[in-house]
Amino acid sequence: MTKEEYNNICDKVMPKESHLKRYVISFFIGGLMGFVAELLTNIFINYFYLSYNDSISLMLIIVIFITSILTGLGVFDNLVEICGAGLFIPITGFAHSTTSSALEYRKEGFIFGIGSNIFKLSGSVILYAVVSSFFFGLIRYLLLEI
Amino acid sequence: MTLKYNNSYINEVSTVAGPYVIYGPFKYDETFTDYYDNEETFEKCEIKNYIKCINILLGKCNKSENDIDLIISSDLLNQLMISNFMMNHFNIPFFGVYNACASFCEELILASTLIDSKKMNNIITATSSNNLTAERQYRNPVEYGYQKKKYQTFTVTGSASCLISNKKSNIKITTATIGKVVDFDVKDSLNMGKVMAPSAYETFITHLKELNLKPEYYDLILTGDLGKYGKTIFNELFYKNFGYYLSNYEDSACMIYDNNDKRVLAGGSGIACINLVTNSYVIPQMISKKYKRVLLIATGALMSVTSVNQKMSIPSISHAVSLEVI
Repeated sequence: MTKEEYNNICDKVMPKESHLKRYVISFFIGGLMGFVAELLTNIFINYFYLSYNDSISLMLIIVIFITSILTGLGVFDNLVEICGAGLFIPITGFAHSTTSSALEYRKEGFIFGIGSNIFKLSGSVILYAVVSSFFFGLIRYLLLEI
Repeated sequence: MTLKYNNSYINEVSTVAGPYVIYGPFKYDETFTDYYDNEETFEKCEIKNYIKCINILLGKCNKSENDIDLIISSDLLNQLMISNFMMNHFNIPFFGVYNACASFCEELILASTLIDSKKMNNIITATSSNNLTAERQYRNPVEYGYQKKKYQTFTVTGSASCLISNKKSNIKITTATIGKVVDFDVKDSLNMGKVMAPSAYETFITHLKELNLKPEYYDLILTGDLGKYGKTIFNELFYKNFGYYLSNYEDSACMIYDNNDKRVLAGGSGIACINLVTNSYVIPQMISKKYKRVLLIATGALMSVTSVNQKMSIPSISHAVSLEVI
């Protein structure tokens, strides 16, 4: 039996993943997340008299804090399974992967455990954020200054 | 390569089952409900329950450590960590073997060969796996969430052991087929059924050919941990060559959990999967004479974290052992 013949048999057997359902769920959850974040920002601006930038920072800190707490309580991974990218794409995904790595390596010590492994999953986000911001900065400089 | 044995018997078995497995249809000697089970880490919990499993077996067959000539043990963690630490607690000679989830049959083959050659009298074969220790080694941190595929399998938590001896009992190990590595260039480490089904099929066919048997000779043909979809692939492969579907075929991955539980996806996997089903279902059924001849085909995916990360294919292996009631 060749590889192709085998793959044909498997393709017939393997279950179809319902992508559409996942897209719809993550679309609405993503929208809801945006709504909550906007609401928080507006509350900080209107009721606590913070500047726009400070409100955004405070909102991000709160979202990250809640994500990390929920990850620690073992709730967030179950939510991600249901909600998908809607819950995962913003800063929550970064917080979730960082916290879960920290929890995972706690037993191996603070330096070689948590310290060495905390960015195991989210390290590539940091690396490529820095690299891409350099290039975007360069492009911006070239367009605006020259 | 098929071997025949004359005086190798399964005398006694023991099982310890953990979370999710305990909600399945079978009864186990001992159970635990928490992945920590009052220990500091998941690994320590696995070691503790593995030791418990061996102690239950020794108690059941009323033997001391001195009566046992050898323990052959296997688990999923790197360098057989769980087996090594389990053996810290026993003053018994030790072989650690690894063929991933095919280790159960590999152990039975080694034990039967040693006993049949009259070099040894009593050998314990033992296997252990744990969902979270395997998950963190092979995949992601335990608390890390992602959307799972329907064809993924869910590693079994538990341990099981058998006492193989030359002393006559109801269940005799009659023949065994040692499998070869089969690789169909599957790279998806989540799709274990697709990886392992061809190797299970190949070992099965080799077994039938070398012993000149028909599939109907066996009352039950039990594969290791192909899962819901791997089981169908196995059946399709059989259909393609023989023109009909096997009616006496089951897969232990599809039996071990509660079938209504959606969290276990396509079924169980892990070394202990087929061993727990054999010890808690097949052997009691054989003792009550419902099954007289059973063929066990343990299937293993020989992947490592490094090979998966380097985008290499996943080789697989299966060994078959036949049991008969006498």
